[in-house]
Amino acid sequence: MTAQTLYDKLWSSHVVREEEDGTALLYIDRHLVHEVTSPQAFEGLKLANRALWRKDSIVSTADHNTPTDHWDEGIKDPISRQQVETLDANIKAFGALAYFPFKDHGQGIVHVMGPEQGATLPGMTVVCGDSHTSTHGAFGALAHGIGTSEVEHVMATQCLVAKKSKNMLVRVDGKLADGITAKDVALAIIGEIGTAGGTGYAIEFGGEVIRGLSMEGRMTLCNMAIEAGARSGMVAVDDKTIDYVKGRPFAPKAEQWDAAVAYWNTLHSDDGAAFDKVVELDGAAITPQVTWGTSPEMVVSVSDRVPDPEAQADPVKREGMKRALAYMGLEANTPIEQIPVDIVFIGSCTNSRIEDLREAAAVVRGRQKAASVKQVLVVPGSGLVKAEAEREGLDKIFVAAGFEWREPGCSMCLAMNADRLLPGERCASTSNRNFEGRQGQGGRTHLVSPAMAAAAAIAGHFVDVRHF
Amino acid sequence: MKAFTTLNGLVCPLDRANVDTDAIIPKQFLKSIKRSGFGPNLFDEWRYLDHGEPGMDNSKRPINPDFVLNFPRFQGAEVLLARENFGCGSSREHAPWALEDQGFRAVIAPSFADIFFNNCYKNGLLPIVLPAEVVDQLFRETEATEGYQLSIDLAAQTVTTPSGQSFGFDITAHRKHCLLNGLDEIGLTLAHADEIKAFEEKRRATQPWLFA
Repeated sequence: MTAQTLYDKLWSSHVVREEEDGTALLYIDRHLVHEVTSPQAFEGLKLANRALWRKDSIVSTADHNTPTDHWDEGIKDPISRQQVETLDANIKAFGALAYFPFKDHGQGIVHVMGPEQGATLPGMTVVCGDSHTSTHGAFGALAHGIGTSEVEHVMATQCLVAKKSKNMLVRVDGKLADGITAKDVALAIIGEIGTAGGTGYAIEFGGEVIRGLSMEGRMTLCNMAIEAGARSGMVAVDDKTIDYVKGRPFAPKAEQWDAAVAYWNTLHSDDGAAFDKVVELDGAAITPQVTWGTSPEMVVSVSDRVPDPEAQADPVKREGMKRALAYMGLEANTPIEQIPVDIVFIGSCTNSRIEDLREAAAVVRGRQKAASVKQVLVVPGSGLVKAEAEREGLDKIFVAAGFEWREPGCSMCLAMNADRLLPGERCASTSNRNFEGRQGQGGRTHLVSPAMAAAAAIAGHFVDVRHF
Repeated sequence: MKAFTTLNGLVCPLDRANVDTDAIIPKQFLKSIKRSGFGPNLFDEWRYLDHGEPGMDNSKRPINPDFVLNFPRFQGAEVLLARENFGCGSSREHAPWALEDQGFRAVIAPSFADIFFNNCYKNGLLPIVLPAEVVDQLFRETEATEGYQLSIDLAAQTVTTPSGQSFGFDITAHRKHCLLNGLDEIGLTLAHADEIKAFEEKRRATQPWLFA
């Protein structure tokens, strides 16, 4: 048999049928559902009088619209409340394997909740009406975001109409310097290949650095595959994967565990497997990354300066850079470390897991938020992450520093709830997108790691966490 | 789904790269539980001078006269001309819903983000990839010619300029068939329900932990 990539294996093991033009019906094992992209899909099922094909494939939670404070007061925005209540009603009517509604202990960002419940397993196909579904590829799963029509299609048929992507290997070898995290690796990769570099590809992340990352770090990396244009990112299964899954609520039980592990251990690219494209980065050369513009590819090292559009030869790119600098209120050639921040956001499906909070807390311990920083939000990814952080006393470190310790949810990553930037406010954010208006209309986002965000909150401006 | 066969439509040029779905339809409008009515909020932050929220009377909001969609000469446009990586970012299908609701039937760009590209086909909106130099030419001609229209023929897979210059584009046979006939994809898939069931039973036998 010819050598296969991890993606080849995951793809071929889920093809129900394939047409001559390569269009396939791909079987879906896990369907994660949240309140924003599902109401129209459930409505479509109702109108066509269709049932769910397999309700035990569905795991659901409310995350985008939920407030992160004053839970006792419920959801004040009536439109947000209606969307969350619509999900409650739809799950009640249609059923699911598990549902973690607003205020439930297990509630959280769908991409934090799935893995921590063991609802994401190696070898699965995982879909969700959310582009950051690529996160789950960290488990050696084929996971990607889909639109609402596809949500309805998967609900009704358990399949997705799909065409195979090309294979890309992003290999990061060497050893990361102290203070460098998976977020910096992700941003460095996007800086290298661009936000459309992965379009049409499924990316496998490999190499010494990736093997060295924790599962949380691998999730951060795969989460941002979509920011490199790839619908799915993935990492081969190893002992870390299996140790993470073991004992979680929806993980295989004792009698099936050994068979599952035996299968999972085959989920890696074979020696000599062919990739359509290979990108190599030297892990030792990766520095703390800070975005300066309105696309994740507009990224530099913290020790660099804001780039000068006049040095860009391509006219479309030059105009894009000028527009980004105008929106961001930045001058070309400004040292990154001289950029002050108003708000700091530590959270999102990229960086709200326990390890992220530990990294931030390690920087904060015994220090105080800069007086010039208006607000620092720390938003754990789920109720379980929150409980663990409190057990470790991380919340006390944050609160003592003048940070706000919030309830779980998507929060200021996309500002669908009340957590948002005001026009002109500048934010050091551990989220994934620095698009115009993403964190609030007119808001200015700089993407960084949790440690870099925490350091910026203390210093009042960006600072190199390696020397902080 | 609305079928797409041929279109002879006015072209609106949106000359920026990496237009993301947050720009196409900002997040506050995603709170709707309907799939229609997003058109007036298409490109909301660029299109209006105030901050838009759901439920506002958009006809009374101050429009941004510098944004191309508001130019009198592009009113009624059905073809959006765009730059590379159009539709990047979130998977929100509200983006094609908003474009379609505004009256667009086709988007032409040198490249699209994968999820957006896929979502278009589910809504009778045709995304067309043309080489960057052709897109450049179309931008120049659109700017230079008032009332510039393009003719799109899906069956022939061609985009034709007013001067008769024709450019071919690719589309998979499956997508073309669905779009030409306005087919319900779920209905098509359910025609293979027996195959899906057989696949599922095999899977249940070999990987029972997936069905616990």
